[in-house]
Amino acid sequence: MAKSWEEINARIASGDAVVLTAEEFGALAAEDGVKAAAKRVDVVTTGTFGPMCSSGVVLNFGHSDPPIRMTEITLNDVPAYGGLAAVDTYLGVTETSTVRGIEYGGAHVIEDLLRGRAVRLKASSPGTDCYPRTEIDTWVTLDDLNQAYFFNPRNAYQNYAVAVNTTDRVLHTYLGTLLPRLGNATYCSAGALSPLLNDPTYRTIGIGSRIFVAGAPGYVAWEGTQHNPHTDRDEHGVPVRPAGTLAVIADLKAASPEYFSAASFTGYGVSSFVGIGVPIPVLDEDIAATLALTDADLTATIYDYGVQRRSRPSFGTVSYAGLRSGCIEVDGKRVPTGPVSSLPKARAIAAELKRWIAEERFMLAPPVQQLPQPGAPGTKPLDIRTGEAI
Amino acid sequence: MARKRLDLTFPPRQSLKPVIYHLVKDYDLVPNILRAQIHPAQEGRMVLEVTGSKEAFQAGVAFLEGQGLTVNEAASDIVLDEDRCVDCGLCTAVCKPDALTLDPVTQRLTFDKDKCVYCEACVIACPRRAITLTF
Ligand code: SF4
Ligand code: SF4
Repeated sequence: MAKSWEEINARIASGDAVVLTAEEFGALAAEDGVKAAAKRVDVVTTGTFGPMCSSGVVLNFGHSDPPIRMTEITLNDVPAYGGLAAVDTYLGVTETSTVRGIEYGGAHVIEDLLRGRAVRLKASSPGTDCYPRTEIDTWVTLDDLNQAYFFNPRNAYQNYAVAVNTTDRVLHTYLGTLLPRLGNATYCSAGALSPLLNDPTYRTIGIGSRIFVAGAPGYVAWEGTQHNPHTDRDEHGVPVRPAGTLAVIADLKAASPEYFSAASFTGYGVSSFVGIGVPIPVLDEDIAATLALTDADLTATIYDYGVQRRSRPSFGTVSYAGLRSGCIEVDGKRVPTGPVSSLPKARAIAAELKRWIAEERFMLAPPVQQLPQPGAPGTKPLDIRTGEAI
Repeated sequence: MARKRLDLTFPPRQSLKPVIYHLVKDYDLVPNILRAQIHPAQEGRMVLEVTGSKEAFQAGVAFLEGQGLTVNEAASDIVLDEDRCVDCGLCTAVCKPDALTLDPVTQRLTFDKDKCVYCEACVIACPRRAITLTF
């Protein structure tokens, strides 16, 4: 009963495509079986909304008169990168304000731009013959910018760790506040709705895939940084720990503050919640089988964040259904859980993407090139070496 | 019986122990300290939950004022800004009395203020700074 990308796109174009969210598809498959669900449904939409530190925007300000070659740049006192062409910059979400520290950072500047607010741009330069101006102090809005687009080097992590803390002190981490002596556990995945958990071996998600990025139509641009397909997988081929990642690109001007939220993690720093949604074509029963997996089938590995090393000791795995119940057992102790990734937002994203496909005829794009597949070499660590050793 | 929240401001070097002791012993009130901000050299702040009869409560408040304390009824509050909240649930992981929980079905944040003990753990934990303690 295999369907081709062309057949599915033709059905989207004619308005006949049957589109369900991953949660809806899981429920349908549980009722009618995977085979019947695969036959009936053309596209399954996924969504996730979690903190994604490796995100940021490319901005072009246009030229002032006389022009400046901006070398030191700040936006609302948040430094932006000055190592590109004269009035280009990259602003990363984790950059912090020189005045307000982690309470305001790159992510907050981006959220302010998305909300239509004016942002103060200050830049300086040594001055050159072609760019004589040495200083500029002005205000810009998103509309004023020539180009403004997300280029996020690492989004949509395929699975993530469950964090616990066995030490005697409170830990402030990017997975939130971890209470001492296994006082709580936090986790960060949309589970059954998560894009890369629904296509565990990157059959349909690859470079050039059309996706939802913070409310805007965008693309998978490349494998994400630390993309590591070569990790432990369960009997369905789904990773049980952090694995694949996506680098994504999308127009900031088409994005929405509904799906991009700045975040300040006490004791850790600035980040941003980014909404990512990926449509997956139901090409055959194989892909339908992983699309049908629910939170009860998907698992994550529990790590002790009290051990501040690259390799942290593990407490085994737990299912997402268990995590969502609000309480899990770790080392014989009942531990309350808190998600970091927002399920209501993930649901809204999957539903919005479904609407795009069903009503706005958002077409799917088969990958121009595949992402590195399982079996490829894993992530390399960074060794600390001296100059003499080289 | 009534249960009320009091926000006390007291002058520097005021010793609070005897004050609390008298509330219990002379006025038959049951105070529960929800939050205290005490620096010996500065003005102090304390949020108390007091249980007792209406008369005892009034007499107790008059006593506190007689001791030079400024008494405000339930002036401080934990406030959740729902527009800023993204339902990430991080606050629920640190809220020991389960005042903040996620709805089991919708996974949206719910706040049961009656269970709140004003520990402020959620204020620090919320990455959206959606929860504030207002005095
Ligand atoms: S102040 Fe403490 S008890 Fe009240 S909601 Fe926040 S964490 Fe819970
Ligand atoms: S931590 Fe903040 S954003 Fe997250 S659910 Fe609680 S109030 Fe909402």
